Amino acid sequence: MARKQIGQHLSTEPLPGPDPDAAGPLAGLRVVELASEYAAHCGRLLADYGAEVILIEPPGGAPQRWYEPFVDDVPDPERSLWFWHYNTNKFGVVVDLDDDEGRARFRDLVASADIVVEAEPPGHLAALGIDDADLRPGHPGLIWAAVTPFGRTNPRAHEPATDLTILANAGPVWSCGYDDHTIPPVRGGGNQAYQTASIHAAIAVLVAVLHRDVTGTGQFIDVSLHAASNVTTEFASYGWLVNQTTVQRQTCRHASVHPTQTTVAESADGRYQPTGVPPRSAREFRILIDWVDDLGWRDELPEVALLELGEERGGVSMTEMFEDPLVAEIFGAGREVLVAIASRLTSYEFFVQGQTRGMALPVIYAPEEVMEDVHFRARGFPVTMEHDGIGRPVTYAGAPFVMDTSPWRLLRHAPRLGEHQDTLGGP
Amino acid sequence: MGALSHIRICDFTGQLAGAGATRTLAAFGAQVIKIEDPVTEGRWDILRGMEPFIDDRRGGELGGGFQNHNVEKLGITLNLRTDRGRELLAEIVRISDVVAENFAAGVLAHLGFPYERLREIRDDVIYVSNCGFGHRGPYSAFKTWGPIVQACSGLTYTSGLPDLPPAGWGYSYMDHHGGNIMALAILTALVHRNRTGAGQWVDMSCTDAGASMLGPVVLDYTVNGRPTRRPGFPYSNRSDGPAMAPHNIYPALGDDQWFAIACRDDDDWRALATVVGATADGAWADDTRFVTLAGRLTHQDELDERFAAWCAPRDKFAMQELLIGADVPGVAVQLPGERIEDDPGTTEWGLWPWVEHRAMGRVRVDGLPVHLSETDWSIERAAPLLGQDNDLVFGEILGLTDAEIGDLRTAGVI
Repeated sequence: MARKQIGQHLSTEPLPGPDPDAAGPLAGLRVVELASEYAAHCGRLLADYGAEVILIEPPGGAPQRWYEPFVDDVPDPERSLWFWHYNTNKFGVVVDLDDDEGRARFRDLVASADIVVEAEPPGHLAALGIDDADLRPGHPGLIWAAVTPFGRTNPRAHEPATDLTILANAGPVWSCGYDDHTIPPVRGGGNQAYQTASIHAAIAVLVAVLHRDVTGTGQFIDVSLHAASNVTTEFASYGWLVNQTTVQRQTCRHASVHPTQTTVAESADGRYQPTGVPPRSAREFRILIDWVDDLGWRDELPEVALLELGEERGGVSMTEMFEDPLVAEIFGAGREVLVAIASRLTSYEFFVQGQTRGMALPVIYAPEEVMEDVHFRARGFPVTMEHDGIGRPVTYAGAPFVMDTSPWRLLRHAPRLGEHQDTLGGP
Repeated sequence: MGALSHIRICDFTGQLAGAGATRTLAAFGAQVIKIEDPVTEGRWDILRGMEPFIDDRRGGELGGGFQNHNVEKLGITLNLRTDRGRELLAEIVRISDVVAENFAAGVLAHLGFPYERLREIRDDVIYVSNCGFGHRGPYSAFKTWGPIVQACSGLTYTSGLPDLPPAGWGYSYMDHHGGNIMALAILTALVHRNRTGAGQWVDMSCTDAGASMLGPVVLDYTVNGRPTRRPGFPYSNRSDGPAMAPHNIYPALGDDQWFAIACRDDDDWRALATVVGATADGAWADDTRFVTLAGRLTHQDELDERFAAWCAPRDKFAMQELLIGADVPGVAVQLPGERIEDDPGTTEWGLWPWVEHRAMGRVRVDGLPVHLSETDWSIERAAPLLGQDNDLVFGEILGLTDAEIGDLRTAGVI
């Protein structure tokens, strides 16, 4: 059991946190959110940092209540873990925007709100007479964010899109995958196109709040999923912008205009383990030699003699490597020793031992390993909350950033359908 | 006037994970004073001298990534090894709403400016630190860059195909979101300060930020006890929720060309089957086994084979036109040049603004994916050369005379 080993080496003592009763940083801001898959994460970010987010669903519930996975794999609109994940801390009401009474209720809720977040198809709310242009004139401080695939007025505004097609069309997919280009390029998991746009929406909303703090004026915010993923591709975009070069995908490392080398080992527990950059400076050679000695493996690894030569030479440079066969051998020895260590230790041991010695090495965690890891536990990242309805508490992934004075908190699980109808649903 | 014209940021950020944060705030008008070390010529930020380069010239003023990540900022130099340098930093902190940095944990404290000192200088200061594992916790001394953050946060593992190693992210995805979430942290703290008068320290761990983006897969483990380390997982080109089929990336005509299809529901299927069924090699689309989602999921492998064969001889943009015309999400996997030069989704958005850089010349940069009706972002000013705004910041803002600034230069303070 690899998981048992996690946490052996380092203290699990929880760190001192902020006052648990302090209000969140966005306390006092009221948000009306129309349930959607594109913008759910935006609402969640605002809600988890203390805004009062009222999630409006249509009669029968938002379609996302039927998204997998479900609690105990039992499909039920109150058991969607997709819905639970993206709607923490929100209050839930049912409003039928297709009837007059519902639209009147929506107008009332908007009148009481600071911010609207929605992801309706462009033109839909205008056709109902309840769009930004209808409601903001009577409420000049209102901030209204619309998250759509291409923005409200783009020539492509009415094209259908999902997370997959946005990431494929907007750049990320081109850069991800394998060295073997007969294998299709890869979309990263976790609906990242929606999250990327939602993070940008939340940034823009708070920029607008700060502007309103000074001027009293609200505004409309147009957010494009396609644009958001387009500017989240690092070198692939700015490499093209600067000198019109095209990156090529590589297995588990940066896409690159020119192929790059990597060294990978299979760890003792059968994991894929990148072994990092081999030593070049005298100090780096010494660190690796000490590691081998501390493990007591010098006799089994004759390459250590070459590492000592590397240290004695005061390190090796890349240019020397191409000119001097001995230097190439020394550099290669570093690579081989790292692979030897990585293949004899568990992935986690390799990561912690190497990092403790000052080497920048990864461990490739699966999500469940993140939730068990000593770093995340010490920082209070897994957060457990009572959950009525399923008879057991539930542990969630925690805060994207830790605030000392005004904490991120999980106070409520996602609302049941119409849970707050009596207090917020109107007459 | 930008939305944030009243905000000043004392900025020690670099790379993308930090510089990206203050870049966004600068584009909304915040006055971002980027502080670099004159002794090392700002090379702490390795991107200063790294590719992409606009031509054959090389050097610390020519790194295309640094240029992209630091537009709209003021750039000054300050040698914090000197007493006068530290005094001047205290003066900048005193007039700044925010101090932002993404050094390794402890570096700013080592330079003499831990949070306690910053608070002495300015009681309501907002201090946002961002590093791989945060300033507190058992891994706080560990070294990271984007790929390590992604690996340790679970994002590398969840990107891949069955029976293959992790594909991971082919770039520093979490450098982008490290910057974006750091911007969110700064803004959140500013909103809080405006309401309470209180500043604070935001201790951001980029790895935690990454793990906060794993999605519902975490609950599938904590609630259902289903680990992701299991046969067949990940298959991230298929849908992890909601269930869809077909939902994959298929070969298209040409070398290394690809096409993505997401069939959201039975309506999409009917439209797709009509388009495909009308072609000479598409009679299989009329198979009644595929009419319902349950049937398509049961026969997903076969469907994927069918679509791979159907797409392979076809041009990706021709298929995109055909499927989008039928209101089905089906699009080309675009190369950088295609999405940047020829896609109205980006060009009509104004996503690639031009700036004039003093060393590089005219060059385009990433824009922002939002437009604000009253106070939109603006990117017109290129990244500063090393110390480009020393006269403006030390003179106009801090009130030093030309002679005093000259002395600072002579003494190696700036």
